[in-house]
Amino acid sequence: MAGFLARRLLNYAVLVVVAASLAYLLAATALDPRSNYADRTPKPPAAVVDAQLSALNLNDRTPLLQRYATWAAGVLHGDFGRSVDGTPVNADLKRRMGVTFRLVVLGLVCGSLLGVLAGALAAARQYGWFDRLSTGLSFVVLAVPVVVLANILILAATWANEHVFGRQVFLVSGEHSDGLDTGFWGHTLDRLQHLILPTVSLSVGLIAVFSRYQRNMMLDVLGADYVRTAMAKGLSRGSALVRHALRTALIPVATYFAFTFGTLLTGATFTEKIFGWHGLGEQLINSIVRNDVNTVAAVSLLAAVAVLCASLAADLLHAALDPRVRAR
Amino acid sequence: MTLSEEELAEELRADVLTRPPSRARLIAGRFFRSGQGRLGFAVLALMFLLAFAGPLVSPWSYLDKDFTAFLRPPSPGHWFGTLQTGADVFAVTLRGMQKSLIVGLLAALVSTALAAVAGAFAGYFLGWTDRTVTWVSDLLLVLPAFLVLAIMSPLFGAGRWPLFVITLALFLWMVTSKVVRGMTISTKEREFIQAARYMGVPPVRIIFRHVIPNLSSLLIVDATLNVSTAILTETSLSYFGFGIQPPDVSLGTLIADGSRTAVYAPWTFWFAAGLLVVTVLAVNLVGDALRDAFDPSSARPR
Repeated sequence: MAGFLARRLLNYAVLVVVAASLAYLLAATALDPRSNYADRTPKPPAAVVDAQLSALNLNDRTPLLQRYATWAAGVLHGDFGRSVDGTPVNADLKRRMGVTFRLVVLGLVCGSLLGVLAGALAAARQYGWFDRLSTGLSFVVLAVPVVVLANILILAATWANEHVFGRQVFLVSGEHSDGLDTGFWGHTLDRLQHLILPTVSLSVGLIAVFSRYQRNMMLDVLGADYVRTAMAKGLSRGSALVRHALRTALIPVATYFAFTFGTLLTGATFTEKIFGWHGLGEQLINSIVRNDVNTVAAVSLLAAVAVLCASLAADLLHAALDPRVRAR
Repeated sequence: MTLSEEELAEELRADVLTRPPSRARLIAGRFFRSGQGRLGFAVLALMFLLAFAGPLVSPWSYLDKDFTAFLRPPSPGHWFGTLQTGADVFAVTLRGMQKSLIVGLLAALVSTALAAVAGAFAGYFLGWTDRTVTWVSDLLLVLPAFLVLAIMSPLFGAGRWPLFVITLALFLWMVTSKVVRGMTISTKEREFIQAARYMGVPPVRIIFRHVIPNLSSLLIVDATLNVSTAILTETSLSYFGFGIQPPDVSLGTLIADGSRTAVYAPWTFWFAAGLLVVTVLAVNLVGDALRDAFDPSSARPR
C-alpha cells in the first residue's frame, strides 16, 4: 500500500509540474503584456516599458526559456512572481482562495445533502410521483448552463426585490457591502444576503447530479440480499433502507463528493465572475483579459494540485469506507 | 415456370420473411417506442429545421440593421423584437443556433472518434502505448480546459472556428477513452478477435474492423451526450468572449449581450436562452433513450 501510494504521489508530482509548465509556456507565448502599455496616455517610452516588463519577468524580448527558468526558480521557492501591476501574486491568491473556499464549501454541502436526500427519496418509491418529478427536474436543470442559470437568478431576484419585498433582500453583486455600520449581526445578515444567490446557482446543478447518482446507487443496493435479510429479521422497511441500504449507497457518493470539491475550485469560475465574487475563478478570467502571465500560471498550478489532491482523497476515502477495496 | 424455379422462388420468399430484423432497425424500433426518444427526436428535428430553414422565411438577415427600430419588443415586422443595434433578434438567434449546433455536433464527433481510437489502441496494445495514452489523458484532465481554450481564443477569430472545434474536442475525450480502454481489454479475449489474430490479421486492422465496431453502442451514446456538453462549453466560453469571435455570433455571445438588457428588454435574453435549454434538453433525452434502446436491461420495466 505504501509503495503504491508513493508511486502514485510521484506520478502526481510529475503531472503537476508538466501541467503548470505547459500552462506557463502557453500563457507566455499567447498573452501579450506589452499591449497593456500601448493605449496609455501619454504613451510611455519603449525603454521604460522594457525595463518595467523585465522587472516583472514578462518581457517578450527575453528568450522564453530564460523567462521560464526565472519563473520556475521562483515557484520552487514558493514565489509565484508579480502580476502586471506589480503586486505580488501570492498575497492576492491567498485572499482569493479564502473567498472561493467559502463559496464552494457552502454550495457543495447544500448541493450534495439535498441531492442525496432527493435521490434516496426517489429510489425508495421508484416510479412514484416524487421519482418522476425529480427525474424530470434534473433533466431540465442539467440542460441549463451556469451562465444562463445565474442570469435567470439575478433577473428573478431583481424582480422579487421590486415587486415582492419592496426593498433589497437579495444582493446580486460582491461578497459584502462596503462601509456598512450595523454591528456584527448586520454584517452577518449582509453577507447572507450576498451569499444566497451564488450558493443557489452552484448547488442547483450539483443537486441534479447528486440526486441522479444517489438514486442509481440506491436502486442497485435495494435489491441486495442483505437488505432483504435485514427486513426478514424484522427490521421495518424504513430502518432497513436507512441503516443498511443508504449507508452502502453513500460510499460512491462520498467519493464523488471529494472529487467534485477539487474540480469546483476552478469550476465556480462562471458563478464567481457573474456574481462579482473576487475568487480564484474570477481572477483566472481577469488575468487572461489583462495578459497577466504569472497569475494565469499560478491559478492553473493551484487548479492542477486541487484536482489531483481531490482524486487522491476520493480514492483514500473509498478505501477507508469500503473494506472490499482495502482487501484487494 | 418449371417446378424447380417455383421452389426456388418459394425458398427466396421464405428467406425474406424469416430474415431476422437488422440490429439498426431493432434499436430504432425500441428508440421510437419510448416516449422520451420520440419527444427528444421531434424537438431536436424541429430545432434543426428552425435553425437552418428559419432564415429562409425571415425577411431579415443576421447582418441587417433596422435603423428605425432600436430595442423594440416583438412585433409582426420583427418576430422576436430587435437589439440595441437594430439587429433582428429572430435572425441573429437562428444564426447563433446554427453555429452552436454545428460546433456541438462536430466537436462531439471528433472527440468520440479520438476517444475510440486512443482507448482501443491503449487497451489492445497495453504496455507503453497504454501508459502514454493514460498519461496524456491524465494531463489533459488536470489542465483546466477553460484556461487553454481561453488563452487560445485570439486564434479563433476571422472565421477560424474549426480550430476552436478541434481544441474543444481535445478536452472532451479523456473519460470515454478510459471506458473504451477497459472494454477493449475484455473484448480482446473474445474468440472472434483471437481467431482474427491467429489468421494473421494486422493489429491495426483488428482494432478498426472488430474492436471499435463492437463498442459502437457505447460510442453512439457517448457522442450524443457529448453534443450537449460541447454546446454548453461553447456557450460558456463565448459568454465570456473566449469562444466564437465577432462578427460571428453564437448563442453564448447572444446570451451575454442579452443579459445586460434583460431587465427592461426581456426578448433580448429569453429567446436565445430558451432555445439553448430546449436544444440541450432534447439532445440529452435522445442520448438517454438511445442508451435504453441499446441496452434493454437498463431500461425501466413497464
